Amino acid sequence: MADAIASERGAETLALDQRFEQIIERIHPQRLVKALLPPLLGICVFLGLWQAAAERIDTSLGQFPGPVQVWQQVEGLAAEHQRARDKEAAFYQRQEDRNAKKRAANPDATVKWRDYTGKPVFLDQVQTSLVTVAAGFVLANLVAIPLGIVCGLSSGVYRAVNPIIQTFKPVSPLAWLPLVTMVVSATYTSTEPLFDKSFLTSAITVALCCLWPTLINTTVGVAGIDRDLVNASRVMSLSPMLHVRKIVLPAAMPMIFTGLRLSLATGWMVLIAAEMLAQNPGLGKFVWDEFQNGSSDSLGRIMVAVLVIGFIGFLLDRLMLALQGRFNWDKQAVLR
Amino acid sequence: MKANYLELSGVGIEFETGGKTPFRALQNVNLKMAEGEFVSLIGHSGCGKSTVLNIIAGLHQATEGGVILEGREVVKPGPDRAVVFQNHSLMPWLTVYDNVALAVDQVFRHSKSRAERREWIEHNLALVNMDHALHKLPSEISGGMKQRVGIARCLAMQPKVLLMDEPFGALDALTRAQLQDSLMQIQADLGNTVVMITHDVDEAVLLSDRIVMMSNGPAATIGDILTVDLPRPRDRLALAEDARFVHLRHQVLEFLYARHGVAAATDTGAKPVSAARVLAVEGCDRTDPVGRSAGDSRAA
Repeated sequence: MADAIASERGAETLALDQRFEQIIERIHPQRLVKALLPPLLGICVFLGLWQAAAERIDTSLGQFPGPVQVWQQVEGLAAEHQRARDKEAAFYQRQEDRNAKKRAANPDATVKWRDYTGKPVFLDQVQTSLVTVAAGFVLANLVAIPLGIVCGLSSGVYRAVNPIIQTFKPVSPLAWLPLVTMVVSATYTSTEPLFDKSFLTSAITVALCCLWPTLINTTVGVAGIDRDLVNASRVMSLSPMLHVRKIVLPAAMPMIFTGLRLSLATGWMVLIAAEMLAQNPGLGKFVWDEFQNGSSDSLGRIMVAVLVIGFIGFLLDRLMLALQGRFNWDKQAVLR
Repeated sequence: MKANYLELSGVGIEFETGGKTPFRALQNVNLKMAEGEFVSLIGHSGCGKSTVLNIIAGLHQATEGGVILEGREVVKPGPDRAVVFQNHSLMPWLTVYDNVALAVDQVFRHSKSRAERREWIEHNLALVNMDHALHKLPSEISGGMKQRVGIARCLAMQPKVLLMDEPFGALDALTRAQLQDSLMQIQADLGNTVVMITHDVDEAVLLSDRIVMMSNGPAATIGDILTVDLPRPRDRLALAEDARFVHLRHQVLEFLYARHGVAAATDTGAKPVSAARVLAVEGCDRTDPVGRSAGDSRAA
């Protein structure tokens, strides 16, 4: 019995080994070079041009940072991060010791607990930005998808809403921001606020700007459903809810996801501007603070933020693509 | 058997074209059908065959006249008038089983238990010989199989009238013959009342009790009705050399090509095509709720 299991395991590992070998065999060195060479070449040329251009640009904050200086700033930010974490740990350790001592002296003593209030480091700011954009994105799509479905199903509603969509769609987040700031200040007056006002202002501004791509794409997707499928549904006399669930949603899913991807990209772009002005402690505020700070490192640090913003945007798009692959009924569809 | 089971009286329809005068597709279509009867509609492209079918289905509203089914006027689409569409119209995201289940759960949600419904779905798929592919998606089966599932979905609704819009038009000749035989068998067993649109003269003669031949549009109407009194069950091989079959076939061909010739069809047929195009565009604009099927009238 045990032998059988062992031999089975052996067979399994053998099979795994074989599969691994097959994969290795499939990766021809030549093909690998062919696949990786163009992008690597592109990046190298870009870095070269960047370096050459940076050397020729002198600003009041010193020379424009080239790739090497930016890499130094990455290291600097990492070290700063480590220092801040150590400081935080030390703060909590001191507090713990103090409270323990107090309790040892008098078991009934009321001990105070304070949160660490140090300056947020770069990674904290990235995290804040991600949470803010997620909040705005979710808020926007809670409105956009249902409204888009209704607009796609009813030409009357579409014609009623379309002028409003077309008017608000091109509005810049910078125009919304003062209005949103004032409205949030006036209406969000809780004594124990769950969210910071700057967070709400940024998230709502993001929502106002990334509402439109999903709304429009959902509308087009729903309106474009194959007439025969709609007629089949009418013959079956499906209720409106069932019609939406069984026919409209699956049929419009690719277009809805196209909208969501555009929406998230817009939201991420808008967020940086919104955070700059709303002083939400995210990447936007980081860029703004560095700009105001005006040290010789500032431009390099801003450049780090630029690259991080771009890379996160790319990852967010990949994330949406993965989600689309998960939710799309057509598993054979080629997603780009 | 009720003699006046389905009745079309004075049916006419006009479509808004965006021009000054609306396009009149049909005029004064009168037809009475008995229960269990198999009637084919045949005519040149653009003569409004599909429009007649869509009016019976309730997908179009007649501008004048109306349709009465078992003493009740048809005002909207419903499962008692199931439609087999030319391109099967299965939901591509649902399996064969789930496609039929969608219809069955809707029609029998109060009258059958869950287990009864499952049995009924499987029974109907077995009827069209599709019980071997219950959990395949439409993209994983052939065109003929898809059409079989489309037929099963309609049969499962137990319609009073089965409406078929060129059901075998998109299939190759061999598959078409197989499906025609299946349909004949099913109709003989269940006694369905069927209205079928076809372009195929042999198919019309083989399957029908009566063939309704439509004149060319615009303002198309019924040109002639041919009674096919061949005994059932019918066998396509034996009929191929049967003198009565050949004669009936000839009569249909004569109607289509001698009395309502192709030359006349291209002449007057040009108008419905352009009108239908306009409608199809409007359909995208969603002013016409069944724009696509209106657009299809040009193909019919």
